Order: sequence, then structure tokens, then C-alpha cells
Amino acid sequence: MTGVPLIEVEDLRIDLDDGSRRVAAAEGISFRIDRGETFGLVGESGCGKSITALALIGLLRQPLSIGGGVIRFDGQEIQHLSAARQRDLRGNRIAMIFQEPMTALNPVSPVGRQIAEMFVLHKGKSWREANQLAVEALASVRVPAPERRVNDYPHQLSGGMRQRVMIAIALACGPDLLIADEPTTALDVTVQAEIIELMRNLCAERGTAILMISHDLGLVANVCRRVAVMYAGRIVEERGSADIFRAPSHPYTQGLVASLPRLGSRAALGRSRLKEIAGVVPAITSFPDGCRFNPRCTQATDICRTVAPTADFLEAGGLVRCHHHA
Amino acid sequence: MKLRANLIIGGALFALAILVGVLAPWLAHTDPVLDANLLNAEEPPSWTWWFGTDDQGRDIYSRVVYGARVSLTVGIVSQLINSVIGVALGLSAGYWGGWWDDVVNALTNVMLAIPSLIFALAIMAVLGPGLTSLLIALGLTNWSFTCRIARASALSLRSQGYVQAATVLGYGDLRIMITQLLPNMLGPIVVIGTLGMGSAVLSEAALSFLGLGVRPPFPSWGSMLSDARDQITTAPWLSVFPGLAIFLTVLGLNLLGDGLRDILDPQSRSRRT
Amino acid sequence: MPMLSFLIRRLLQTIPTVLAVVALVFVLFSVVPGSIVSSMSDDADPQVELRLKKQLGLDDPVYVRFGAYIAKLATGDFGTSFRTREPVTAMIAKRAWPTLQLVFTAMAFAVLLGVPLGFIAALRPGGLVDTLAMVVAVSGLSIAKFWLGLVMMYVFALKLGWLPSFGYGDGGLKYLLLPAVTLGVSPMALFARTTRAAVLEIMTADFVRTARSKGMSETRVVKWHVMRNALVIILTTVGLQFGGLMGQAVVVEKLFSWPGIGSLLVDSVLQRDLPAVQGSILVVVLAFLAINLLIDVLYGVIDPRIRYA
Repeated sequence: MTGVPLIEVEDLRIDLDDGSRRVAAAEGISFRIDRGETFGLVGESGCGKSITALALIGLLRQPLSIGGGVIRFDGQEIQHLSAARQRDLRGNRIAMIFQEPMTALNPVSPVGRQIAEMFVLHKGKSWREANQLAVEALASVRVPAPERRVNDYPHQLSGGMRQRVMIAIALACGPDLLIADEPTTALDVTVQAEIIELMRNLCAERGTAILMISHDLGLVANVCRRVAVMYAGRIVEERGSADIFRAPSHPYTQGLVASLPRLGSRAALGRSRLKEIAGVVPAITSFPDGCRFNPRCTQATDICRTVAPTADFLEAGGLVRCHHHA
Repeated sequence: MKLRANLIIGGALFALAILVGVLAPWLAHTDPVLDANLLNAEEPPSWTWWFGTDDQGRDIYSRVVYGARVSLTVGIVSQLINSVIGVALGLSAGYWGGWWDDVVNALTNVMLAIPSLIFALAIMAVLGPGLTSLLIALGLTNWSFTCRIARASALSLRSQGYVQAATVLGYGDLRIMITQLLPNMLGPIVVIGTLGMGSAVLSEAALSFLGLGVRPPFPSWGSMLSDARDQITTAPWLSVFPGLAIFLTVLGLNLLGDGLRDILDPQSRSRRT
Repeated sequence: MPMLSFLIRRLLQTIPTVLAVVALVFVLFSVVPGSIVSSMSDDADPQVELRLKKQLGLDDPVYVRFGAYIAKLATGDFGTSFRTREPVTAMIAKRAWPTLQLVFTAMAFAVLLGVPLGFIAALRPGGLVDTLAMVVAVSGLSIAKFWLGLVMMYVFALKLGWLPSFGYGDGGLKYLLLPAVTLGVSPMALFARTTRAAVLEIMTADFVRTARSKGMSETRVVKWHVMRNALVIILTTVGLQFGGLMGQAVVVEKLFSWPGIGSLLVDSVLQRDLPAVQGSILVVVLAFLAINLLIDVLYGVIDPRIRYA
């Protein structure tokens, strides 16, 4: 890839201020996403992936704030933009879909109006024009009878339909980047596939890049070209999706891959037992010294307990943050 | 944990009011009822008469100090009656359910349909003026919120493991209610009680103002204001101090209640961060 | 049509409450220690008393009197005043309009001032405006209405001479202003607090985060998404406050010599005019129930999740 990346994050740190002290909830976060690319951020809950997404779209609220680093969008630093300039980007060029379609929509406002708002906010349309465009937007996310559905309230729609509305809102202004934070976790398995498919197709058609956030490595690897794995506030490995499955480098990633259920040869051989990673994710306020994964790592040695590993950039692209990687 | 300003200010104001009421005989300059002297009638506030005198020459300062006794007695005792009624009805209704619950619910609905001051007024009309009547009238008319809270928390606690364990152990209903359920609902009930004391003080003042409170010569802040209304052109100072006393006492109770809510009522506390 | 059947069902539901209130008030005054009649006539002539009792039907057993009372109520007859010998229905009818004027003006004042105050306070929690607004609110809740009325009467009527100090006059705004503001101050304070709490709570909701992610300014977030949700909560408080307001109206009407149902109630209580007392209490309760019915209907207009099924 040549030219300016769509979004470039360099050494981003996110602080948590609990009143008396500041701790880094995430640090040393660096990655880039090109135009139209699909990029995944994977990790257990509490690893800092969601707050990283909120930082990109400028929605961190106290006690969280950006403590350092650079976020460059289309070549321009955006982390210190004025509130008004950030709002011009938000929704318009960077859009976001949230996990809970039940509560992410305003219960007392018709869904059509919630879509139409986007055109009024960013495209200078009148409400009349915007409502017309909202019908088209609903049609584009394959909601049947959109001209009637625009008048429905969220509680009248199923979870899948609501998430379609969320996608319609997010893609309304043709953003360059769509951040999808666990977009299907709250949905039925059958609906999940439909929504993912819809999201992927729409973004591919429009050249919209996707930053997908999930705890589900399998799902992310399926959707995204490249994947970064986060653990305890740091990116521990970043690779192409195929590579990360074939040959995970970091012990944590290895654990994640091993814990995935798989169809096919290995299951057929009777080795279907899933492996779990022993232990739990440490709390933000008590990250261990050295490599943060060391208490749960089977390969940990003395250096892992004292010195934090730096990122090793791989020849084939990507990085690994481990003292022991080959 | 940081103590909140409203807890400190509210507590201080309430403590001050209690102190004034208890120490009234030592703080007052004159007897609030007997020391009437027409020679001193309608004196404005001065070094001799801190808050001035009324049309019968009685010292307003002394009367305000003694008035604290009525207000606080009525406020505290009537709210205690309300709390006991509310907890007893709500707790038993939530715990036993069934027809008793229906009865309590119907009763609460009736109570909520009659504005409490009007209900208290009707009771005062029947019982006639006086301190005891006030305690009864205000003690019987403001328990519906306590009752609802107690009922709701008894309902949710009833199915919890430790309560069922107590049942299995053969504890009596009464014992379970008092030892297992009551302690777990005390927080919100104390908060409602504190705020309720404030409104009882206001209601007492209102009833006394209407001539349905404490019998006249004995000083109550409400009846003092009732007298003051007729003399507002000639002696406006009469209106100032009893009203201020009511305000500061009720303000204290409201601030105290707000402060206690932050500490004792976890539901509203969790919303803060 | 679901609306109509909802209304009918709600009306039927209130009937037991109304009956219970009627019974409660009736019983309360039937157990008056000492006959009402003896306290009516100053000269306790047993002959006169007996004749009066017979005339007023006070000789009959309680349940007969109660039955007769209910039967008359059903036809809209509240009985005849002991004092004025006037039909209570007519007395109340005469005083209904001033009370309605007073209560609704006070409520309008309270809502129009309290709700925006709460919104402004919630926009910057902990800020100067918020602190000031909440100090005003807790003070408004702590002040005795009749004292506030007295102070305002002194300042605006007696000292400045801007407004009449008491009375109904021609029923114009000039006369209405002081009593209505006096009555409206504590609900205003309550609305400010409730609104603030509701807005702060809603601001943490997921859909507010969605709204922000759309690139909306905070003002728009509040206007487009928070306001209507807060209104649902505020409406509940408004409905409940009507009861308190009608209770407090008694005191305020008395203070300002306002010729409403409240002052009728107080005068009747002081004179032990039983039919008038029962009548005014009943009318107040009925009005309160009717208003709450109206509020229930309004819920459906504001909140699409509520269906009249």
C-alpha cells in the first residue's frame, strides 16, 4: 500500500483518572488502517479495545482521557482538534456501531428520524429531504417495507432489525471508517451471520474501511484482512488474519487460537477438547510488572517478570510483543 | 470516604435546633407565655428585645426558642409513627403477600389519593387542637412512601437464600421480618424518615397557622406567624424570625436527608460515578 | 378505541378508591366526640338540640346515614351546609374556578421555571449554575409557604405597592400572581431537582452515546434525545405534585383570603360544618384522581412504548 493511511495511531495512551491517581488503561497502542481495509482488534473484555475505539472517535469521557500519542486521520492529527471540528468528523467520516442494539437507539424517537438526523447534521438537508433519504437508507440495509418502518419505534423492531438500523445510521453519510464494537454479540447466531455479511458488503461497495472490535478471534479473522490482539492494555501481536491462525507467535494468541472450536480434521481425530487459558485478566490498577501476560504464560521466564517486552516488527508485516518469539 | 457538605451543614442545623429546644428554659430571656407586658408591646428588635416584641409585649426571641420544642416534638414523633406504620404495613404485606397485600395496597392507594395536609386537617377538626392531636394527625397521614419502599424491598428480599434458610430453620415470621428483612431496608427508610420530619415540621406550622395546631398562648412558629399576619403593617419583624426558624430547621433536615441518601441508599449512589 | 377502553377501565379502577375516601371521611366525622350539633348551637338547650338533630337526620344510626349520604352523592348532591343552609354543591361550584385558577397557575409557574432550571443545572453538573440552582431548590423545599407568602406580601404589596396584598378582586393576574407564586415555589424546587436527576441519569444511557457518535453537539443531544425521555419522568412527578399543591392551596388561600375550595374547607372545619367539609375534601380528591387519569393518557402521547392494551 502506498500513500497516506486512512488512520494511523502512534503510541496512544489512554489514562484512567480515579480521582486520586492516573493509571494507563491502555498504552503503546500503534496501528494503521488503509482506505477500504478491514482491521480487527481482538481481546478479552477489559483489555482496552473498546476504549481504544472510543478514543479514535473522540468519545472518551471522564474518568478516561487520551494521555499521549497521536491519532492521524487522513494525514491530519485529530486527537487535539476542537470539539466542533471533531463533531464534523464524527458520524460523517468516522462512524460507529455499538454492541447493544436494544439500548443504543432512543426508545421514544422513530427510527426514521434517528437516521434522518445524520443528513440534517452533516449534509445540510431539511427534515423533509432527510426523511426521504432515511427511507432509502433503510432500504439499503434490506429492511422490508422501509417507507412504513421509518415510523416505527425501536421496541417494535427485532434485535437484528435494530442493528440494521444502526448500520443505516452509521453508513448514512458514507464514512471513510466504520468502527464496529461487538456488533453482533447481542444477537442470535443466525442473525449474526446476516448482519456481518450486510456490513461487509455495504462497506466493500462504498470503500469504507472497517475497524472491527470483538472478543471472538474467529469472527474477526473471518471479516478482517489484518488482526491485532490486545492484552491488558497493550497490543501483543498484529498479523494478517491467515498468518495469525496458521502460526500465532505470542503465547496469548496461541492460547486464543487453541481455545477456538474448529470443524474439520482435528475435531475428527477426537482432539476436540477446547483449551482454556488459565487465570484471569488483571485489573487495570494492578497490571503485573514486565510482560503483563507472564502470570498466565506457560513459557514465562525471569526476564518476562521484570522487563516489559518491546514490539518486534516482523519482516512479513505486523508485530509481536514477546521476549520468546522465534 | 469524603463527607459531603450537605451532611455537615444539615446535621449542624438540625443539632442546633434540637439544642435550642432542649436548652429553651436557659436560653430564653423571659417566660414565653406569662411575661406579657403591654408597656413593651410591639417593640422592634433591639439589644433588649433581640427579635422584638408582639402586641402583648411578649419577647419574640423567647417565644421562638420555646417554639422549637413544639416543632421538633411534632416533627420527630409524628414521623416516627409514620415510619413504624409504613414499615409494619409494607414489610408484612411484602412478606406475606396474598389478601393482606391487597388490603395494604388498597389502603396505600386511598392515602395517596387524599392530599396529606387535607387529611391531617380533617383529623385535627375531629380531635380538636393540641399537641397530641397534632402527633396523631401528622403521624397517620404520611406513611405511604415508607410503606411502598418497605413492601418493595420485602418482596425482593423474601426470595433470597438467607431468608429462605431462616424459614427452613424454623424461625417465626415476625423474627424473620425483624432480624432478616428490616436491617436490609433501613437505609432508604431512614432517608425518607429524615425528609419526612422536615415536611412534618412544615405541616405542623401550616396547621398551627390555620388555627388548628397547638392551643394559642403556647408558642408555635406557625401560630406566631398567624398572629404576625394581622400586624404585618405595624410590626413586620414579627413575621421574620418564626419563619426563619422554620426555614433553617427544615433546611437542616432536607440537607441531612440528601446527605444520608448519598451514603445509605446505594441505588442512588451508584448513579453518581 | 383502545384509548377509550383504557379510560373506562381506569375510571372503574378509581371507583373503589373514591368510595373508600367517602367512607373514610364519613366515619371520621361520625365518631366526633360530642355531638356536632352541641358545638353548633351556643346555648345548649336540649329542646333545640333535639329538634336540630331530627331536622338534620343525625338521629339515625350511622349506616343509615351513610347509605343516605351515598345515595345523595350519586345524584351530585353533597347535602346542605349546617351553617349557611346553602346546598354544598352550590358553595363548591362557586369556589371551584378560583381554586382551579390558582392551582393551575402555580403549576404552570413551577413547571416553566423548575424544568428548565433542572436542565440547565444538569448540563454542567457541579458547575456554578448547578450549585446555585440546587441551593435555590433545596431552599424552596424548606421554606414554609405561608411565610414566603407573607414576606412577598410585605415586599411587593405593602412596601412596593406593585400588587394587591390579598383578595380575589376581579380575578385578574394582578391578584393571582402572589398566591400562585407562593404556591408554586416548592413544586418548582422539586421539579428542578427531579429534572436534573432524570437528565443526569439519561445522559449515561447508551443511546446518548450513539447520539454523540453521530457528531451532535451536547445541546442537540439534549434537545433531540434527552428531553423527551426526561419528560416521561417529569410527568410522573407533576401528577403526584398536584395532590400536594391542592393540599397546600388550603394554606395559601387562607393567607391571601382567596375565595377557593381550600378556604371553604378551613372555614368549614373551624365551624364544624360537616357536609361542607366532606364535600370539599371529596371534590379535591376527585379532582386529583381526574388529573392523574389525564396524566396517564399523556404518558401514551409522550412514550410510544406505552400501549393502552
